Amino acid sequence: MSYVTDLPVWAAMIVCLLLLAGSGLTLIGALGLLKLDTFYSRLHAPTLAASGGVLLISLASMICFAVLQSRWIFHEVLIVSFVVLTTPVTLMMLGQSALYRDRFESKNDVPSKPLGEALDPELDKGAGV
Amino acid sequence: MRVWLPYPLLFFGLLTVWLLINQSLSVGQIILGSILSALLVWIMANLKPHKSVLRRTRLFLPLAAHIAVDVFRSNMAVMMVILRAGRRPLNSGFLTMKIELEDENALAMLACILTATPGTAWLEHDRQTKLLTLHVLDLENEQYWIDLITRRYVTPLKEIFG
Amino acid sequence: MSELLIIWTILVSQILLTLAMGCALYRMVRGPRAQDRILGLDALYIIAMLLLVTFGIRTANTIYFEAALIIALLGFVSSIAFAKFLMRGEVIE
Repeated sequence: MSYVTDLPVWAAMIVCLLLLAGSGLTLIGALGLLKLDTFYSRLHAPTLAASGGVLLISLASMICFAVLQSRWIFHEVLIVSFVVLTTPVTLMMLGQSALYRDRFESKNDVPSKPLGEALDPELDKGAGV
Repeated sequence: MRVWLPYPLLFFGLLTVWLLINQSLSVGQIILGSILSALLVWIMANLKPHKSVLRRTRLFLPLAAHIAVDVFRSNMAVMMVILRAGRRPLNSGFLTMKIELEDENALAMLACILTATPGTAWLEHDRQTKLLTLHVLDLENEQYWIDLITRRYVTPLKEIFG
Repeated sequence: MSELLIIWTILVSQILLTLAMGCALYRMVRGPRAQDRILGLDALYIIAMLLLVTFGIRTANTIYFEAALIIALLGFVSSIAFAKFLMRGEVIE
């Protein structure tokens, strides 16, 4: 079993930089969750952690274990692809439900349902987007 | 083939993920993974997802490059907005625009792209009026965002999905 | 030299991630409305997953990565279920 302390200096530098950048980006995203003042602007903050933070920290881990050659690096690939694919879906659902609730309680700073022409009753069957 | 294995690509993808998680290539794992993925493919076929016709698949590559660049740039932009949030009033706001996309899968892809780039969040799309409601964190100029989204994402997606 | 550098860097990044977890936890506990709490929970599980990855780098143990993968899977499903619940008041339609 080889440990992280066996890394050569150049690889250690790269891993350190990626780790610090990733955790810093995640912290900034979480700070945005704390500091921004409306729900809809807070909705943008976790994307920062989910796209930047996950990518950078997983990259650090991949480089670390690729240099050490102690195991395969596919766990990180799976983690990154999974988080990148699923976070937009979660945030989209949350945004939709927040909009629905705000309209239901008729908060005045939320846009009402946009009205337009071309009503086609056939289209409503598959409206799942 | 079509009857027994409706989605061959999905089948092999699931099998690959199973083997990667278990990190082995033994016969037992391959058999177990095949059974599981065949079951999941059968469930997927029963859900009857909408199939799209892809016209020009080679346009995916420049689109992916655009998305990578935009994710990086908007990460930086959102970082600056958050760091300055206490001192400067935020001009975030809602944006309504018309999207000329018909295909379900193209719309789903556009939704994922817009939500994955920090700074824009997809809120609602009405299939009858084709109006899309977005929330933009740094809404300086509405027409700028509408042009940007139409030029960079909607036009390529329209060409890909026909 | 290299050993000291990497051990301290991992410690610092773990501290940063813990602070981030604190922010998300604050939003989850205090959030004025239900959707704020769910947003906080969503961020919390992503950051917890990143923390597990840093533990995995330090100890070179595969079990941490498997735990991170499981957190990613279950967190996604729970967030979706919560969002559905907010929208309609029931999880399965």
